[in-house]
Order: sequence, then structure tokens, then C-alpha cells
Amino acid sequence: MSWVLKNVTLYGEGDPVDVALHEGVIAEIGHGLSADEELDATGCVLLPGLVDLHTHLREPGREDAETVDTGTQAAAVGGFTAVHAMANTEPVADTAGVVEQVWRLGQEHGHCDVFPVGAVTVGLAGKEMAELGTMADSAARVRIFSDDGKCVSDASLMRRALEYVKAFDGVIAQHAQEPRLTDGAQMNEGVNSSMLGLAGWPAVAEEAIIARDCLLTAHVGGRLHVCHISTAGSVELIRWAKGKGWDVTAEVTPHHLLLTDDCARTYDPTFKVNPPLRTQADVDALREALADGTIDAVATDHAPHALEDKETEWGAAAMGMTGLETALAVVVQTMVTTGRLTWRQVAQRMSETPARIGRLEGHGRPLAVGEPANVTLVDPGAAWVVDPAAMASRSRNTPFAGHHLPARVKATFLRGTLTAREGKPV
Amino acid sequence: MNRHLLSAADLSLDDATLILDTATEMAQVSDRTVKKLPTLRGRTVVNLFFEDSTRTKTSFELAAKRLSADVINFAAKGSSVSKGETLKDTALTLEAMGSDAVVIRHSWSGAPVNLARIIRGSVVNAGDGTHEHPTQALLDAFTMRQKLGRLEGLKVTIVGDILHSRVARSNVLLLKTLGAEVTLVAPPTLFPRGVDSWPAEVSYDLDAVLPKSDVVMMLRVQRERMGAAYFPSAREYSRRYGLDVDRVLALQDHTIVMHPGPMVRGMEIASEVADGLRSTIVDQVTNGVSVRMAVLYLLLGGSESAIGSAEA
Repeated sequence: MSWVLKNVTLYGEGDPVDVALHEGVIAEIGHGLSADEELDATGCVLLPGLVDLHTHLREPGREDAETVDTGTQAAAVGGFTAVHAMANTEPVADTAGVVEQVWRLGQEHGHCDVFPVGAVTVGLAGKEMAELGTMADSAARVRIFSDDGKCVSDASLMRRALEYVKAFDGVIAQHAQEPRLTDGAQMNEGVNSSMLGLAGWPAVAEEAIIARDCLLTAHVGGRLHVCHISTAGSVELIRWAKGKGWDVTAEVTPHHLLLTDDCARTYDPTFKVNPPLRTQADVDALREALADGTIDAVATDHAPHALEDKETEWGAAAMGMTGLETALAVVVQTMVTTGRLTWRQVAQRMSETPARIGRLEGHGRPLAVGEPANVTLVDPGAAWVVDPAAMASRSRNTPFAGHHLPARVKATFLRGTLTAREGKPV
Repeated sequence: MNRHLLSAADLSLDDATLILDTATEMAQVSDRTVKKLPTLRGRTVVNLFFEDSTRTKTSFELAAKRLSADVINFAAKGSSVSKGETLKDTALTLEAMGSDAVVIRHSWSGAPVNLARIIRGSVVNAGDGTHEHPTQALLDAFTMRQKLGRLEGLKVTIVGDILHSRVARSNVLLLKTLGAEVTLVAPPTLFPRGVDSWPAEVSYDLDAVLPKSDVVMMLRVQRERMGAAYFPSAREYSRRYGLDVDRVLALQDHTIVMHPGPMVRGMEIASEVADGLRSTIVDQVTNGVSVRMAVLYLLLGGSESAIGSAEA
């Protein structure tokens, strides 16, 4: 089936045009185009399909919280055409068998391309290197390796991993958290944690690892990606490493761009996340860094959890929050409506750059004739209220429940096929 | 007053004063031969203790019984670190049984807040993790007022493991409301980051603070903190921050010495001091019952004088 998107602006720039999608590619851009199906996109912005560097799909192992099927439907609703599935499943994605399974499930369901992330160490145990090369050579073609959820804290192991993946242009995506400084940590260490009596997760525990890993990356000439940076100090370190010309990239989550550790005052575990929500000064620094390019990409860290893992005491609750379906709207609220980013820059930070970091082909491509028809149609004027019950994700742990957000994904196309429309998967 | 008592910060000056005044009335009951009031007859108070605490549980139990409430001790064993279904399921069970108030002790900070969101009855925080212990602060304030005649302008020094102490947090908040001036003393490792924002002075030097204090409150320091390198040894802690016989000589004549218990004698406080004339440790236990009677009475809807009009 062919589609024509009528009267849309590319990257929110210039005069409206018609865009025809046919046989998986952008077939034509012009005026007065027609196709099997027509979609009125007046007032809408067309972006390349969003790419998430950091998604927890929970399959295999925790299918009660999310599956590849439900998670990729949530992704499509959020405007994503590709997601990177984190390795902390049960079993851990530390072998070619597991990553190929996840990759194939993504292909079968067809809502969104799934690119598995391989574990750096066997069982995420931080002891022995997993078979990174075999995962890279598998059908899943893994390029990003991460023990996310846990830090590769052993400096020697981290050094070897950064070196080893050079052979296949891989990147180590580090969850920067010095474990000895965060034993039992529950929330950002600061004024709020002192009053709430919750064990602190100090900024230095993130920053110390980032500083070390940047130096290791320089030493071995490797490629480092830092997951979900959350502090003003981390921003300074990434800026410093980039200034040196080292191959270091960083991502920030939507929730760290909007929320602060004031949320923890409710003791509502919906707001318990790792790394934790920080202070307003950190939020401001992260926004500035995403605007000036110090932070390369927005990544959701979509972390669905079953109700019983969240409906509990703060200390006993699981860490993480969902994010695929709200990511773009939160970025628009914090970055676009405030004038910090143009739509073209949103396309870079949520599609082109993440695709480049993951070495993806066919995603994050220009909006041009002949390119793959992986596109996201955004209605910037469609404000909405976040309703957890209305989400496509199997889990309900969004921290934005009840928030009024600007901009809604009107439609998502994966290789020319409609995957979501008006907040519903197709 | 709020329906719940979750944090000392929930109490306005009027609320706190009302509780202390009501506790004074309640104390008279404890001096009678028949130590019982019919006030809460037919009401059910549940002691929900996820963490062992004989003294606090007994104190609440006695308080509720003296008000003629039906008391249920709900032992929620082994749930402190297991998954939280227990809290929700237990709460729903208690709700279904028609409890009017739940007194909760829990090893996780904030658990009473979570509980209050689930059930319709009143929730009283009897100590949650390293967060708060508001009735302890109330009984401490009651004891200070009883011994020194006032709270406004009183210089209160709290010494010990501030980082992990729910007693310290509740006392700082309540004493601020009541107009006392609090100084916290501990080694730097036993202060939380962020303590600068608290309404209290911070000092690392006990000897400099003692002569200026009207009240010295010693907190228990658990020996296991040494394992996490908060301080090198019990001996060194005791030498620098323990209230020993020599240090007591630096106190003003009227200064009282308090301890919420349980004490580690010889660590934060010398036996001679704990048992000495300045010590209010036993009074605190007695006053705890009166204060908890007042809290239960006021939360469960008491508006007229608690013990009838005769002595009011």
C-alpha cells in the first residue's frame, strides 16, 4: 500500500509539501501527489523515524512487564522506528542465541526494528567478557554493548572491552555508577535525601566512572557511549573529553530533562529510577548540554515494571520508568517550546545521531527521495494529557501521569508501513 | 490536626502544643490506681510492626489500652526487605477488619506514607527506616517542657549518628516548630549531605557545644557502622563524642541528659551518666505512654477534654 502525507513541513522548515511513501521508500516529494491512502498532515512536522539507544523490552524473562511485541508497539506510538533492546533480560543477552531471538521477535512483530544490545560481561556479572565478537557477527549484528543496570566497574575489564570491540566498530555503552559509592542507594544524595532518610546516590559516583572511562577510551583509542547522564558534573566531563577529540558520546533521558528529586518527597516509587532524578541545577545543565551538542542524543531508558514491583515501599521498589510514548513530547516541552532546539536538531538528537552511534543502516536517514520510508509525523499543536491506562506499553509506570504535554505523534511509518496512528498501534 | 501523624513536620505549633497539653492530662491518669479511660472504647488500634521494637510497641499498646481501645498486635515478620506486596496486602487486610488506627514501624523510610495512601483509617508513624519517629520527638519535647518549664529558646544539643537517626530528624523538625534551637553534633561521616539546609546548627566539636546546652540528647551509635568506615573504632568514637563523667562536669546545673534508647552503655553514654541525676531516660519512657495516649486520642477524633471536665 502506498501513502501520501499531504501538506507537511519537512523538519518543520519551509513550505508544506506532499510526501509519497511507496514500496518502503520515500518515493516522491512535491505537490498534488496521490496514493492508495492519503493522510492530511496540515500543520504537521515530518521527522526521520526516531531511534532509541536505550530500551528495556523485558523479553525474555519478564513478559509480565513488557514483551518485544508490546514494547515495540509503545515505540511505534512514540514515533520510533528503531529501538536498542538492553541486555538485562532473563537470560541475559550475552550470547548470540539470545540476541538473535530478540532480533527475530522484533522482525516478526514488525512494529519497530529491534537492535539488541549485547552484554559486556557474562551474566552482567562484571567478571568475564561475554562473546562480543560472536554477537557482532550474528544475525542481530550487535554493535552496542552494555551491562546497563550495572556498571562495568572493573577498570581493567572496561579497558579490554573498549579495546576488543574496535575490531568490529563496536561501542561500549557504560552505565556509569561506582558501586561502592552507591551501596543501597535510593535517590539523589542531597537536601531531599537528607530529609527523607533515603540512602544517597551521589553525583560523584557517576562522574568518577565517566572521568575514568573517558581516559581509558583515549588510552586505547576506543569508542565510548555514556548512558543516561544525569548531573551537571557529567556534562562538564563529556565536554572536556570531546574537547580533547576523544570518541565519546552521551545520552540523556527525557525524565532527567524534566523532573527533579523533589518528586521523591511523595515516596511514590514511580519516581524511583537509576540514575536518580537530580536537582534543578542538573536539569538546567542537561538541557543546555543537549542544546549545544555536548549531549549527543535523547534516549528513553524505557523501563517497564509490573505493578507489584512499583506498588510498594520506596526502598523495596524496582528502579525505572516507562518513556517511549512520552519521549518526543517531553523533548518538545523542555527543548523546542523553550527555543533551545529546532525541529531539525530534534531529528539529529532523536534519530540521526542515535542511528550513527548504533551504526544502523536505514534509520536516521535524510528526508529525501529514495531514502527508506522510516518517518514520524508530529502534530506540534496537539496538546495531550498523559494517561497511563491508555498506553500501549504493558506497564503503567510513567512518571508523567496527568502531565499536560505539547505535541503528539500523529503517525509512524516503518519502511512505508503505518505502525501507529493518533496514539494507537496499528 | 491531620488524620495521620507521619512526620513531625505535619504538626503546626498549635497541633504540637495541643498534643503536649493533652499528654499532660493523660499523665494524670497514669498516676491513678485505675489507669484507664473509656475514651476509645469500641475503637480498634493495630500495632503493625515490621521491625522489632519491644519498647515502642509496648508503649503504644499500653497507651491504646489505657484509652480502652481494642489493640491488635500484627506481627508482620520477615517482611522488611521482602517485596512490598506485604505492606499492601496487610493494609487491605487490616482495612477489611475495620481498624480505626494503624501504628506502623517499618525498616523502609516512607512506608507509613505509602500505607496512608492505601487505608482509610489513621496512620501513626512509629519509626520508619532512617526517616522519622514523630512520637519520640513529641515525648522528648514533653520531657524537656516538664523538666525545664519551657521549649521556646531552649538550646538542645543532639549528639550521635545523625545520618541514620529518625529520632534526630523528627526532633529537629518539631523543636524548630516549638521554638527551640537545635545543634547537631557528630563526626562528619555521620551527617547526611544536605544537612546544611536543616533548621539546625552543625558542629563536629562536642566539648565546644556542651557548656551552652540546656538539653543534651545522646543517640545510639550502632557498632556495625564501624564496618562501613564511618569511624575507626568504638573507643575513638566514645573518646570524641561519648558523654562521659568528665564531660558532664562542663554542663550547666540545670542541663538535662536524654537518650531515646536503647543505649549502648560505655559507647555514647557512660553508665554513671545514664543513671545520674540529670538523666531523664526513665521519665522519657513514662512520658512516652502519655504522649502516645494523646496522639491516639486526638487522631481518633477527641475534641473535648480527654479525661472529662473534673480537672480540666
